[in-house]
Amino acid sequence: MPKLIPVPDALSKPFWDAVNQRRLVLQHCAACNRLQYPPQQACQVCNSAASLTWKEVEGRGHIAASIVIEDGRLNRRMPDQPYNLAMVTLDADQRVNFYSNLPGTPPYKVPVGAAVEVMFEEVAPGQLIHEWRVVA
Amino acid sequence: MSGPDRYQWRRDKDGLGVWEHRGKVAVAGVGHSPVDRRWDGVSMDKTLGAYSILACQKAMDDAGVTPDQIDGVICCDSHIAGGSGGSASQWAPRPYFPPPYDSEWGLTLVNAKWLIEQMHLPNVKFAPTGVPTISEMVGMAAQAVGDGVCSTCLVIYPTGNLEGRYRRGGENADDYARGARQWTAPWGNHGGNDFINIFPHGQYCRKYGGKHDDLAPFVVNQHRNGLLTPWGYNATHNVPQLTVEDYVNSRYILNPLRLWDCDRPVNASAAYLFTTAERARDMRQKPVYVLNHSQHNFRKRSTQEDLDEIEDWTDRAARRMYEGAGLGPAEVDIFNPYDGYAPMAQFFLEGFQWHGVKRGDAFAFYAGDIRVEGPHPFCSSGGNLGNGRTRTAMYTDCIEQLRGTAGARQVKVRAETALGAFTTPSSGGWIMFGKHPS
Repeated sequence: MPKLIPVPDALSKPFWDAVNQRRLVLQHCAACNRLQYPPQQACQVCNSAASLTWKEVEGRGHIAASIVIEDGRLNRRMPDQPYNLAMVTLDADQRVNFYSNLPGTPPYKVPVGAAVEVMFEEVAPGQLIHEWRVVA
Repeated sequence: MSGPDRYQWRRDKDGLGVWEHRGKVAVAGVGHSPVDRRWDGVSMDKTLGAYSILACQKAMDDAGVTPDQIDGVICCDSHIAGGSGGSASQWAPRPYFPPPYDSEWGLTLVNAKWLIEQMHLPNVKFAPTGVPTISEMVGMAAQAVGDGVCSTCLVIYPTGNLEGRYRRGGENADDYARGARQWTAPWGNHGGNDFINIFPHGQYCRKYGGKHDDLAPFVVNQHRNGLLTPWGYNATHNVPQLTVEDYVNSRYILNPLRLWDCDRPVNASAAYLFTTAERARDMRQKPVYVLNHSQHNFRKRSTQEDLDEIEDWTDRAARRMYEGAGLGPAEVDIFNPYDGYAPMAQFFLEGFQWHGVKRGDAFAFYAGDIRVEGPHPFCSSGGNLGNGRTRTAMYTDCIEQLRGTAGARQVKVRAETALGAFTTPSSGGWIMFGKHPS
């Protein structure tokens, strides 16, 4: 799948560095005891920047909703159509969600509500992205 | 000539109370250009700029206002396709034309400066730059007139569309995902209101029961109302009435989102003339008073908005609007929420509890009588789905219903208040109109 290649910036570099080491590391606000993804300059709840640290989390979640992209707008993904696009919530904090194409799950066969686990996929030499697969 | 760009005009907080200018500002004029599918690249009388000038002239004529009386011009100067417009929204690198079409201005972009020059408006003192879309422009105009920043203000919303595949260019043609797109585009989310709503819509169907195609009666009725709108794309291009069978057999875009859940990009412009209630009473049309305007810009918690957030946001937007207007759900006669992707209107319908519709009730409501001649004339404008992606049908219908000039769309129920919007659940604004100032 020729997925678009993420371009890390100063804020996101720690996240992508961890992904490239096959680890899922999210921002954590010590003041609120909440996880935050995507990363932001400050905690979305208490607005504290100083309270934010990076925390490795267990890559387990559930499929909350799913669609199949049949006529998308991304040139690079055209050859993949139709493909799944699922919304996955993180078990450690269900307010955190991720997109996933659910590798290994055929389009239209997504078991909404099923458990998933994180995996990593290379989209360019040296650049991984986080993906999720259904737990058998 | 430029107005204060940092003018604090928004009503975007909870608990602001009744709007201080309630009933003291009015809409006195409306003007629409023809609605074309695309600009053909040849007809200089059909450019986005020419259509914007035409819409302004029509709005001024509607009100009986002359160019020298205009002292405010608010115009959205962005492509409706955003950064992914590509060849459908940018003329370059094709060669430009003689002035005033020697740049993107007038071809794919229109702003107040360009319009003021072309229309020779000599007395404009408020012409802000970097203005937002129509959802907020109407609020900005209402507040500016109420505050006395200007007294006779044109609001112009151009929506351009050139030859080429819509949103198949720019950042969507990139192999890399930069900025906020690094969290969405690698997995296929190209951005837009379709993605904002389709996941919560799926959660909605599972939570409350129902299936995607329960939207069919609503979409079909939007097309019906569109065919009753003389200036709209469908009515002016002999688009046949959509049927339920057409709908349920249409191809998918973002399955379950169907082709007919999407609005048709068009090349068009619309203009509205805002003025003080006092001045409006001496103008050509019956004034339509502004009872409140409100805005919202809610931040999603994570990558994708979920149903809980969408319901919370629409509840809050409803509270802000009702509080500022001093009205409740039972007092809103005309309701024109945004429909630029069908699986969104139910969130607004239920959040604002129009005609008593509560959470989870929308599909049953759609299956009832929502025709304009019936008891529940929901979205009497036909919205974007029935008229093309002008994003203005909602406002025009509100105004015409209160004036009693909606023609074949004129509702049979009471029409003394009207609520309209171009807004997503997360960001945008609402405006409440009244036939009477209080």
